[in-house]
Amino acid sequence: MLGKLSWAALPLNEPIPLAASAMMILGILGVVAWVVLKGWAPYLWREWITSVDHKRIGVMYCLLALVMLLRGFTDAIMMRSQQALAFHAAGYLPPDHYDQVFSAHGTIMIFFVAMPFVIGLMNFVVPLQLGVRDVAFPTLNSVSFWLTAVGVLLTNISLFVGEFARTGWLPYPPLSELRYSPGVGVDYWLWSLQISGVGTLMSGINLVVTILKMRAPGMTYLRMPMFCWTALASNLLIVAAFPILTATSAMLILDRYLGFHFFTNEAGGNMMMFMNLIWAWGHPEVYILILPAFGVFSEVISTFSSKPLFGYRSMVLATMCICILAFLVWLHHFFTMGAGGDINAFFGIMTMIIAVPTGVKVYNWLFTLFGGRIRFTSPVLWSIGFMVTFVIGGMTGVLMAVPPADFVLHNSLFLVAHFHNVIIGGVLFGAFAGYTYWFPKAFGFRLDEAWGKAAFWCWLVGFYVAFMPLYVLGFMGATRRLQHYDVAAWRPWFLAAAVGVGIILLGILCQVAQLAVSIRRRSQLADATGDPWDGRSLEWATASPPPKFNFAVMPDVSGEEPYWAIKESAFARGELRAEPHYEAIEMPRNTATGVVSAFFATLVGFAMIWHIWWMALLGLAGAFATFVAFAWRDRSQDLILADEVAVFDRANRAARARAVSGPRDYL
Amino acid sequence: MTVADPPAPFDPYHVGRGAAPHPARGHGGGGEADKRVVVAYGFWIFLLSDIVMFSAFFAAYAVLAGNTAGGPSGRDVFDLNNVALETACLLVSSFTCGMAAIATGARNKAAFHLMMAITCVLGATFVTLEFKEFVGLIQAGNGPSRSAFLSAFFALVGCHGGHVTVGLLWLLTMMAQVFAKGFRPEILRRILCFSLFWHALDIIWVALFTVVYLLGTRP
Repeated sequence: MLGKLSWAALPLNEPIPLAASAMMILGILGVVAWVVLKGWAPYLWREWITSVDHKRIGVMYCLLALVMLLRGFTDAIMMRSQQALAFHAAGYLPPDHYDQVFSAHGTIMIFFVAMPFVIGLMNFVVPLQLGVRDVAFPTLNSVSFWLTAVGVLLTNISLFVGEFARTGWLPYPPLSELRYSPGVGVDYWLWSLQISGVGTLMSGINLVVTILKMRAPGMTYLRMPMFCWTALASNLLIVAAFPILTATSAMLILDRYLGFHFFTNEAGGNMMMFMNLIWAWGHPEVYILILPAFGVFSEVISTFSSKPLFGYRSMVLATMCICILAFLVWLHHFFTMGAGGDINAFFGIMTMIIAVPTGVKVYNWLFTLFGGRIRFTSPVLWSIGFMVTFVIGGMTGVLMAVPPADFVLHNSLFLVAHFHNVIIGGVLFGAFAGYTYWFPKAFGFRLDEAWGKAAFWCWLVGFYVAFMPLYVLGFMGATRRLQHYDVAAWRPWFLAAAVGVGIILLGILCQVAQLAVSIRRRSQLADATGDPWDGRSLEWATASPPPKFNFAVMPDVSGEEPYWAIKESAFARGELRAEPHYEAIEMPRNTATGVVSAFFATLVGFAMIWHIWWMALLGLAGAFATFVAFAWRDRSQDLILADEVAVFDRANRAARARAVSGPRDYL
Repeated sequence: MTVADPPAPFDPYHVGRGAAPHPARGHGGGGEADKRVVVAYGFWIFLLSDIVMFSAFFAAYAVLAGNTAGGPSGRDVFDLNNVALETACLLVSSFTCGMAAIATGARNKAAFHLMMAITCVLGATFVTLEFKEFVGLIQAGNGPSRSAFLSAFFALVGCHGGHVTVGLLWLLTMMAQVFAKGFRPEILRRILCFSLFWHALDIIWVALFTVVYLLGTRP
């Protein structure tokens, strides 16, 4: 009846997972009880959970990422403290648990922190920058988000029911095959990623179509803000790469569930095919994450230097070059496979070539700063911290692109240091810069700058203290994923890395404090006009937070940086342009389709993990019924009356009129 | 912010990008594309992603096709007569699906239902023939667990068959929708997507037929 599920699946005799899951369950129950007792449940259901508004979905993606950042970071603290203690000792994490911790850390940080964070920012910002009212497929957007949430949920359920994969963040066969991993850990990985991967693919399609087919009148390709370009490249990569992940996971599922021989040792299976397939997805994935971060830095640096972005067209070209080259370097993840000198040389050279467009970008950012009137706000600090850190990480990457060097450094802590160097220094700093930069747009008040700067310095210093020792350890021969070790010379470096993770913890605490302080001081930090940073692109042309319909009147674009031009002429005249003629606006109706289909997807995922076949069929039938019910509805649009639009826009115009009549530098 | 009189074109590097944009909608300067274009375009992108997924299965098949592990090869197990029948069913169903699209254009409900029903029968015949082939192989001890070649074969062909099965479910849903609601704009868009899907499965079958069955039975 319940497949492989029994009471033995609960970690009742393991104190650490038990305490962690008890805390998590209590936390969730506490939040639910708080929401219900405060009477917020109906509001949350109507306005957020069933929302198809791209801005709210974007905010929920980012919130999901921030919560999962705490979970993934807890895993990081556990690993660093284990390695600090486990010199000639067992440490406090048994190997079995330690292996799950590093697997969960990588999976969560990539799939459920970095991905939702960049997708959330793109969801929120891209339609506003393009001057349109929503993404191409609003309901699909909601489905995408909730499917991502299903992946998160299943991964977290594994903490309490069963176990997580012990194979690393990518389940390399033959270790991940049934013979060597008979438990449900790998199945949790596979189904979490299979379901959330569908969500990511749908969201990629949605944003590609939004950018290519839905732009404000006059918004030609070479007038799009840089962030839209990087979002386009990133989502094209999602569309081209995620199906490979789906196919590869499906093959491993077939191996594990039906005795297929794709990657097994016996009957002609080929495990290196898994490495090729997974990295044909995995390397583009790296650029899926970093390109939107490049876009954020472009926006931030240009805005706070009070200058247009330097070398806009070379930036576009560099972005699209990276988009294509991303598919031509995957083999550098396993030079040691032994494909031969010619093949390794090709991929080594391609890997070095992909550093060229990235270099173009760095110079463009530097030249944008050059001669600008720079305001050193915290988004700028994140950007400059990024430029220094990312260049170092990029250079260690180019070093490993040399196959002979890679043979020495493969799977060492040098590699771990390298990819944390580019992912923390690139993606995460970019996400934090974007979070700070667009927070006032989303909520109508800025984040506290003092706490923000404190968070930045803790993160920056903490990063260097935590990861520079790993480069050294890599050269000393320390491999990744060591549960314990007995080399005395390594000890000081592992201790230093543990101190570093403590400093990063201070940074995260500063960010929590920043959010709490900013919410309490929101009236002082309020953004009345909708343009708190003296911005240049269209998202700053509407109120903060923007109304459901984004723009009272569709913008008409006649050049790059359309909002800057509008603002310049308004300041020159000392007044806004005449009030426009308001019309009624049709907006898509909210629907529970996303959250209901996600409920059924959870059933399917959980049932497949535990081999409860009837429940899987029930879940599939439920999901199909949900879509049919959605397809049967008669009203898909809500009408917003012209009067409502006018009331809203007049209030915003009044605030802007006050700003325009004052001095130019009203910040 | 209002947009009554657009400011002068902004061209900070004086590279002359201020020229009037192409006025067509969804291409350049003309604003958002029509809903029908947006939906069909989005579905095309989905189909491309689906083809990428199939290409991963094709690649796996190409890698593993020779790894028979002492078991049978394609020459030993493929029955080209059955495959020819399957191909005929699928190609004719694509034709009737096209006829259903013409019936939709003419807003002729009866013709639409007739053509979709024929498409459904042909599709179901295809799935049944494939299912029979699979059952025969498994009964003869040549199931997917026999060798990596057979694993890759079952996965690739089964993935296509699974798509056809989902397509049949979608087809029946579309018939019910047209029956209950008529040719409303959103239903017309869905019919368009369905026919794109059905034809795309044909394209994949042509590749599959060639790579798996024809090349697999080469003397």
